[in-house]
This record gives sequence, structure tokens and C-alpha cells, in this order.
Amino acid sequence: MSERLAQILISSFTRILIPGIKVTIPLTLISFVLGCTIALFLAVVQTANIKGLKQFSRFYIWVFRGTPLIVQLFIIFFGLPSVGIVLDAFPSAVIAFALNLGAYNAEIFRSAIQAVPQGQTEAAYMIGLNYPQTMLRVVMPQAFRIAFPPLFNSLIGLTKDTSLASSITVVELFTTAQQIAARTYEPFALYCEAAVIYLMICTVLTWIQNYFEKKLVWNTPAPVKG
Amino acid sequence: MLEVKNIHKKFGSNEVLKGVDFKVEKGSVIAVLGNSGSGKTTLLRCISFLEQADQGEITFDDFQKDITAVTRKEIKELRMKMGFVFQGYNLFRNKTALQNVLEGLTAARKISVKAAQKRAMEMLGKVGMENRANFYPDQLSGGQQQRVAIARAIAYNPEVVLFDEPTSALDPRLTGEVLDVMRKLADEGTTMVVVTHEMEFARKVANWVVYMEDGVIVEEAPSKEFFACPKNPKTMAFLHMTDSDYSI
Repeated sequence: MSERLAQILISSFTRILIPGIKVTIPLTLISFVLGCTIALFLAVVQTANIKGLKQFSRFYIWVFRGTPLIVQLFIIFFGLPSVGIVLDAFPSAVIAFALNLGAYNAEIFRSAIQAVPQGQTEAAYMIGLNYPQTMLRVVMPQAFRIAFPPLFNSLIGLTKDTSLASSITVVELFTTAQQIAARTYEPFALYCEAAVIYLMICTVLTWIQNYFEKKLVWNTPAPVKG
Repeated sequence: MLEVKNIHKKFGSNEVLKGVDFKVEKGSVIAVLGNSGSGKTTLLRCISFLEQADQGEITFDDFQKDITAVTRKEIKELRMKMGFVFQGYNLFRNKTALQNVLEGLTAARKISVKAAQKRAMEMLGKVGMENRANFYPDQLSGGQQQRVAIARAIAYNPEVVLFDEPTSALDPRLTGEVLDVMRKLADEGTTMVVVTHEMEFARKVANWVVYMEDGVIVEEAPSKEFFACPKNPKTMAFLHMTDSDYSI
């Protein structure tokens, strides 16, 4: 490796990492939280079998799973201004990612809720719990445990998908790498460097996942209170 | 105390209950016998509204209504007076033994945590599980789980406890420990309806036996009489079949 290339890689590392921390991570987390909220709503109205909302849910999932994420990004950022809705690049990206993730995670939540054995719901009703209590106290905690690994999958997927925001002018990790690559004529090195930084972020996420997965089991005696 | 009349239930084109009359007197221990598919579990599930009967009438204390017209609110009130023990235990897997028992007291009946805690520990003591109070269901054997499930079902002092094949998923030794608990409850005067294949339990603990076949009650009688001199040929055939030991 030439000395020049080594210099470029070293000096660009923090210049790529900083928008990664300041833009990519917030973009990921905000979109993920909003997306999960949408997903939870879509899943609950389906399992509770609420007329109208259930059909809306299926329709929503059909649309947002059936169209490419980058097309959704373009419609929101480049398309909406022509009907008078002008949004900045960052909020446009958050909206697109959240709407898209909502559709995918809704299916994760729905299958997780349905995976909690029906017998426990029956037992809850028989001891006198009502529907909301049964959901909150018995079904949801277990559904969350079941949904946890696939949710993390979707979070890791989203982390990398946020690089698509570069196409609607959000200056995030990948945009910065592109700019430096163009200026230095070192695309191979710079894009590899960007890949390594994504890999670092995702590695940390994997550690977090492993840590919480070990915590989220109900197979050691609970500490005795009092 | 609790009575259902002319219960009909179909699953698709399969008629599982064909007009069943069933009555529970306070303090009685009723064993419901019959081969698999005879409709005994469905009867229990219709009484507790886990299945919606197609036709029939229910009476519980001073409540009386067409069983198909009972509202959701009324179902909840009726269930408040029933305990139900499932074949598969159905403990809440995210809660400890103690929390499983507490749930019906604190969340459903708004009893203060302190009083509920005392009551729940008493119930766990009664089923011999007080030293496993802080264990999760996954850490307990099938027999232990079923005993916790019984504690959960009796904790709020229901007027009647319905048992749906409570020992069918257990090996003989674990079956024994669950039956011991049930015998104790019976001796204390708990009103019980037990759908079971345990002939010994029906013979020795139950004071009334109901025999079902093909969705109807074929014969019912006080336990002693039922086993000593069955009247219906179908009952005789059933008793003969279950009596004969395997000899190889």
C-alpha cells in the first residue's frame, strides 16, 4: 500500500465515522422506533380482528412490502413537492424508512403474537382477565421475546439500508465516503472503508442482541422479594 | 347450583354434543367418563364459554339464560365463579409459580397485593409447591406445573372447579401427585367436575359419575352404584374394556 493511500484511509476514517455517528445512527434509530410503533399497531389490529382496520393493515403491508424502498424514498422526497408537500431530506428519509419498516415488522409482531400458545389466553380468560389485560400481561411479554431476534435482524438490515438515503441528498456515512472517493480517485479503498464502518456498527448491534437474548428468558428462579 | 340443558355443539358437520343435560350440585365431585371423542371435553368448554354452544340453556345460581345469548360481560362474571384446570396446564410462561397464582387475585379481582400474596402462598402450600414459588413453569416438572395450575384455579375460591383431563399428559408417578391434591380438595368440600380417564379417581373420590358416548350422556349415577351395577349395556361395555388388565 502506498503511503498516500494509507494517509487517505487514515484521515478519511474519522471523516466518514462522524456522519455515521451523527446521521446514520440517529436516522436508523428514529426510523426504527417509529417503524416499530406502526408495526405494533398494524399487528394488534389484525390479531384483535378489528373490522376495517384489519383490512387497512393488510392493504398497507401489501403496498409497502410490494414496492422498492428506493422508489418510496424518491416518491416522498422528489415526488411530494409536486403536490405541494416539501420536506427536508432527513425527515423524508425517516418517513420512508419508518413506513417501509412498519410493514415488515408488522409481520414479525403478528407472527410472534400468534406463536404464544392459545391455551395461555384461555387460562387468562378463565381466571378473570379481560382482553387488554391478557394481551399486556401474558401475550405481549412472550411475543416480544419471540419477536426479538427477527426485530434485531430488521434493525441491522435498516442500518445498512439507510445508505440509500444518500440518493436523496442526506449527508450520511455513505454519502461522505462517495464524496471522498470522488475527490481522491480511490473508490476501491474508500468504499471498502465505508463497508468496514458499517460492519463495526452492526457488530456492536449483534453484541447488544446477544446480551439481551440471554436476559430475556424465563428459566432461572426469580429473586425472592422482601 | 350450575346446570346446563339441551346443549348442542357442532364443529363443521360433526355434531359433538347432541343435547346434553348436566347438573352440578354444591359440594359434589363429578367424574365425567367416556372415550376420546365422546364430547366430554367439549361439554366442559361449552360450560366455561371457551366454546360457543350452538343451542342450550345455562343456569348458574340465580342467573339463567339461553347459552347462545350470554353477553361478553356476563361470560366474564360467570367465569369469575369458575376455576378451570387444563390438560396442558397452560401456565403463563413469563410468570413465576407465585405470579401465576397472584394474577387472578390482583389483576382480575383487585385484591391488595399483600392480601393476595398471603393467599397465593397458602394455595401453593396446599398443593405442596410453596418451595417452588419463585420458579418459572419451564423449570418445573409436568406434575408440578399442574399443581401450580390447580392453585391458580382455586386461589379466588371459585364456586366450581372444572378439570379437563388434568392428568392425561403425565406419567403415572406425576399423575399420582396431582390426584393426591385433587383428592384433598374433594375432601375439603370443593365442588369439582373432572373429565378424566382415571377410573380409580372416579371410583374412590367422585361421588357422582357421568358416562358419555357419541355426544350424549348414556348413564349417570352415584359413584358406588355406577361401578357396582351399571344399567346401560354401553356403560357395561366401557367398564369391562377399561377394567380388563393387559396380560401378555
